[in-house]
Amino acid sequence: MKYALLVHQSQESFVQRDPAATAAAGRAYGEALIAAGVFVAGAGLDSPQVATTVSVRDGKRHVQDGPSAETKEFLAGLAIIDVPNLDVALEWAARHPAASRAKIEVRPLLGSLFATAPKA
Amino acid sequence: MSEAAAHTAIEALIRESYGRLVAYLAARSGDIAGAEDALSDALVAALQRWPIDGVPFKPEAWLLQVARNRRIDAARRRKVREEFAPIVRQLTEEAQGVAMNQQSFPDERLKLLFVCGHPAIDPAARTPLMLQTVLGLDAARIASAFLSSPEAMSQRLVRAKTKIRDSVIPFSVPEPTEWPERVEFVLDAIYAAYTTGWDSINEADTTRRSLAAEAIQLGRTLVQLMPEEPEARGLLALMLHCEARSAARTTAAGEFVPLDRQDTTRWERSMMAEAEEQLRLAAADATRDGRRMGEGRGREMRFGRYQLEAAIQSIHAHRAETGVIDWAQIALLYEGLVRIAPRIGLLVGRAVALVEAVSPERGLAALDEISDQRVTTYQPYWAARAHILSRLGRNEEAQSAFERASSLTEDPALKNHLLRRAAEIAEKR
Repeated sequence: MKYALLVHQSQESFVQRDPAATAAAGRAYGEALIAAGVFVAGAGLDSPQVATTVSVRDGKRHVQDGPSAETKEFLAGLAIIDVPNLDVALEWAARHPAASRAKIEVRPLLGSLFATAPKA
Repeated sequence: MSEAAAHTAIEALIRESYGRLVAYLAARSGDIAGAEDALSDALVAALQRWPIDGVPFKPEAWLLQVARNRRIDAARRRKVREEFAPIVRQLTEEAQGVAMNQQSFPDERLKLLFVCGHPAIDPAARTPLMLQTVLGLDAARIASAFLSSPEAMSQRLVRAKTKIRDSVIPFSVPEPTEWPERVEFVLDAIYAAYTTGWDSINEADTTRRSLAAEAIQLGRTLVQLMPEEPEARGLLALMLHCEARSAARTTAAGEFVPLDRQDTTRWERSMMAEAEEQLRLAAADATRDGRRMGEGRGREMRFGRYQLEAAIQSIHAHRAETGVIDWAQIALLYEGLVRIAPRIGLLVGRAVALVEAVSPERGLAALDEISDQRVTTYQPYWAARAHILSRLGRNEEAQSAFERASSLTEDPALKNHLLRRAAEIAEKR
């Protein structure tokens, strides 16, 4: 079963972070995921201030500066892991370096149930 | 075989084995709703076949076999054979194993209880989910006990089951590190079922009353499934002690009677004895485990909330023999409880115990120390305050506190009792 670990972080916490330490902790976590054989994909995201939002309405493309919605918390990173069940996913979420200052939302991926999805 | 006889056999089977059948099927598929559907299909098939063929030699295995076939059909309908092939294969093997084996099928109800009480499940859905899946109560009845509409309750249950299936919450017994917390969720959900039934002392309200009986049944099942968990025994003892007094809580005229003035001859002796026995076994387990774990931490953990609350009820129960209440002991137990979790109900209980064990002044001071904002609308707080103030002769304040308490309860018997106390004080003034 594949799960997305979505890191929801507040602006304050994002500003206060130490980039070097954050990067080191992120690398270590990624290596731990790979070593455990559960890593599928993952990346940190840049600030929502540099986001651009696209939509198509009535066949017309709309491009807008900024994130889709201005919220106190925003998506700061994501990882996709492949583990047997939710309890194991929650364990990995708790080990995420951002878990102590941000929130990690755990959501199953629908793709793994599609008949056409690539075999795990 | 007559249709009536087949019906009786099926009804008995549902009463006896519903939870075990659902648990067995769900533990293998991870899908509670699917298991329930497959089982209802199997029961329909039994209603058609058994009057003609007779009740099979192993009726439970027969039902599981049919339910398994229904699940395979359902899987085929979803046209995702590759994905489901391993599950189908496993189900086939296991159902055959059950059918061939002389032994009964494994009891997976504990795993089901842990899934229902999983932290990822909406807390408001945990108790209803247990009642429905483990005891087989229907959603309409659960809804009426929880003062919710049947539609809203059904939706809540469906949402919880979908979450269990789609996010793959494992059907397993938790690791030792998570055990205390996870057990607590299960115990709390069962106790919530009990207090939902107990809050109302209105005799006419039979749905809620019988939910208390179901909760006790669930408590007994839990003790059976985890005989070495002292808190499970503590919870059962607590519910039994409270339930033993249900007849004495109101007079024949329907008037509320406070615990320390109840007629002890109306207490149910067999329930009290069962409660005392459970508490004794829990204490033996907790002490043994405390020693095994060595340090004080383990010990503290094993003597949990439910054993302490049951111990308080046990002291009240002793009044039936001795005619007195050991308030000093009760105050001590409340100290322990408040240290585990300073819940508002416990803080109020502690204050009342201190009135009797030390002095009304000490009790009032304990009430004043409660900083929780919820006291403004918490009925027991105002009833306790009124009681203490009247003991101190502060009649004007006592009267208004009784009136305030009466306005915070829905229970007509309790409301009348509190208003009567207010009126008595008004006469004195």
